[in-house]
Amino acid sequence: MIRGFFLLLLCQLVGEALARGLGLPAPGPVIGLALLTIGFAVRNRWWQLTDEDVATSDVGKAATGLLGALSLMFVPAGVGVVQYFGLLGEHGLAVALAVALVVSTVLTLLATVGAFLLVKRLIGARAAEEAA
Amino acid sequence: MNSFRLWVYLQTTPLFWLTATLGAFLVADAFARLVGRNPIANPVLISVALLAVLLRMSGTDYQTYFNGAQFVHFLLGPATVALAVPLYRNLALVRRNLLPMLAALGVGAFVAIVSSVAIAAALGAPHVVLVSLAPKSVTAGVAMAVSERLGGLPPLTAALVIGTGIIGAIVVTPMMNALRIRDYAARGFAAGLASHGIGTARAFTVDPVAGVFAGVAMGLNAVVTPIMVPLILPWLSP
Repeated sequence: MIRGFFLLLLCQLVGEALARGLGLPAPGPVIGLALLTIGFAVRNRWWQLTDEDVATSDVGKAATGLLGALSLMFVPAGVGVVQYFGLLGEHGLAVALAVALVVSTVLTLLATVGAFLLVKRLIGARAAEEAA
Repeated sequence: MNSFRLWVYLQTTPLFWLTATLGAFLVADAFARLVGRNPIANPVLISVALLAVLLRMSGTDYQTYFNGAQFVHFLLGPATVALAVPLYRNLALVRRNLLPMLAALGVGAFVAIVSSVAIAAALGAPHVVLVSLAPKSVTAGVAMAVSERLGGLPPLTAALVIGTGIIGAIVVTPMMNALRIRDYAARGFAAGLASHGIGTARAFTVDPVAGVFAGVAMGLNAVVTPIMVPLILPWLSP
């Protein structure tokens, strides 16, 4: 448990250091995510790492525990948002921004899932053609 | 010490607000389970509402609250790193979907920025608000940095980011079901791209594969949107 959590924090720490030090556009935790994934891949090249090994490892257990509580972690920031309702109201912009958020989020979901499925279908069609 | 003074003491301690945050979430999560995980009963939204009422009733300021809640907030960093575990366990599936993911990433990030800024501009929002709105689909820390660099209001950006996350988490499941989309890789990727971590948390409750792709989308968009916003914004709001 402690080893797993230590490894997650270490990856984040190295990620933050790289993000700051090299001025990378990605945030530290995202670089830490990439580092840990690469770590698994490197480890697998030297010693066979089965899915079971990853799942039952210290990191695997720590990760499962943390991800199970992911929603909870957004609560403190969410409570902070309530503070800025006043700011929105002052500008008389609350309705405009609410409309922009709802419509834009729906459009983004549609565009993303549409592009994903379209390209997947195109690749599938071409693969089928080559196979024929 | 009388009970009033005990209460006055307790509500200034980090322990009280940390306990209250976990308690509010447990209540919200129990309610969400009671209504069969109906997406409208979003546990983040319900917990925030409960805690906002509690803060208002007790006259507690946000700083006092955050002194306790920061321990939960802090876990967002290691939890993001933790996404490497489900990502690695599904790496073959992610690799097979590499091209669809890249296409969806480019299109999705572009639509998120252009649609939000264009709509708010049409409804009369000033430049500073448009700058604060543009990065709303990426995770809060990154979005606030983008907003600050381009002259927006980072706290307003944080509010819009959380709002976007909750809206996406509520909308995504009924929308994808209505469209009869059963590809959970595509569904999850859209949820994570549009609604960052809150969308990812929702995706994990629906389907593990959706959760993995949501996490990947969130990570990729955290890289792409900060590059895209300064390129697009001058065209929409000179």
